Amino acid sequence: MNGVHDMGGMHGMGPIHHEKNEPVFHEPWEARVYAITRVLRAGGGRQNLDNSRHQLELLPPAEYLRMSYYERWLARLLNQIVTNGVITRAELESGHPAPGSLAATLATPAVTAAMIPALVTRRNSARRDGAVSPRFKVGQRVRARNIHPTGHTRLPRYARGKHGVISRDHGVFLFPDTNAAFLGEKPQHVYSVRFAARELWGEHASARDFIHLDMWDDYLERA
Amino acid sequence: MGHTQEPHDHDHQAVPSDLTLRVKALESLLVEKGLVDRAALDAVVDTYETKIGPRNGARVVARAWVDPAYRKRLLTDASAAIAELGYVGGQGEDMVVLENGPKVHNLVVCTLCSCYPWPILGLPPVWYKSAPYRSRAVIDPRGVLREFGVELGDDVEVRVWDSTAEVRYLVLPERPAGSEHMTEDQLAVLVTRDSMVGVGKVSLAAVSGGPS
Repeated sequence: MNGVHDMGGMHGMGPIHHEKNEPVFHEPWEARVYAITRVLRAGGGRQNLDNSRHQLELLPPAEYLRMSYYERWLARLLNQIVTNGVITRAELESGHPAPGSLAATLATPAVTAAMIPALVTRRNSARRDGAVSPRFKVGQRVRARNIHPTGHTRLPRYARGKHGVISRDHGVFLFPDTNAAFLGEKPQHVYSVRFAARELWGEHASARDFIHLDMWDDYLERA
Repeated sequence: MGHTQEPHDHDHQAVPSDLTLRVKALESLLVEKGLVDRAALDAVVDTYETKIGPRNGARVVARAWVDPAYRKRLLTDASAAIAELGYVGGQGEDMVVLENGPKVHNLVVCTLCSCYPWPILGLPPVWYKSAPYRSRAVIDPRGVLREFGVELGDDVEVRVWDSTAEVRYLVLPERPAGSEHMTEDQLAVLVTRDSMVGVGKVSLAAVSGGPS
């Protein structure tokens, strides 16, 4: 979707604030939001990383820009647990389990403290095995398709319609556009595509600057 | 938190006072319903506050500087070479290492969200996740680098890596001149987080307690 999250090349966002000796979390609530999200995500259910990213993109644009990073995570978390029926909106508002709900739902938490070391070191690669032929080869000139999907996509607006060169074939990965919508993994090759900054930004860009984007086969066409 | 009063700081502004209360209430509700274990949450927080962070990446860089065979493995199969040092996990499964040199400078960004190699750099800093960095790194990399104190000559090629897929990037910074006598452990202390994202260089003067 052409959302405000797709920020590459935008102006007016202000200076970069580089905080010296920045803490991992600035407030305890940020740490709790991060941890609750990780733990519930590990508990299973109808979710995946691409869909989770899309949930952030679906926040209203003005809200997205106003919120801090972990405020977005909190908004997503609340949306997800209500949508998935983990808790009801009434419970969220009252802060208490619905009368009579405990006997039915109270269980041992799916993720315990003893499981955390394995959880954080667990590999969950989006790489997929299997014979999928690459449509392009290293050194080949390609064009990023000029497409505007209304759902989740990892093809930034600033690259659409632009010419680049395949610089590396990363192998086969699941496709986020379909995976985010629970429409299947559609495994395909992902390439590092090298774009000249002048191709993307015009003659005022440095001739010695290059932008590399990782792109799936479905994002590319022959130039 | 003093910097949070800036009018343009979209990604880390003054925190509404009710967030602490709202999250406490949410956690209590989830615990009461048997859905999350408080000790598990504590363990996640402790992991990223004390165990997984840029010191991991600094060990990788220091090893590559002193061990040419390791450096070669790191540049050809980064995931395996990093796993040799025990650093594995989510958001670091498929790694690529980019080597900086006198004529090439690599810089990493995620314009669409905030993709970052968690197992070796920990969770990303606020500036990396912020709209100013995400918007500008691809259109004005030299200007961004200048703000971080890195001035590059016109003869240096800049390569910006927008992390649009599940490949995660680590920059292998240049080993500073004058560090030839230093041990691997001493070198690891020099390596900053910023240098491994590509917004900083490693210098002998920068020793101030390790990665920041």
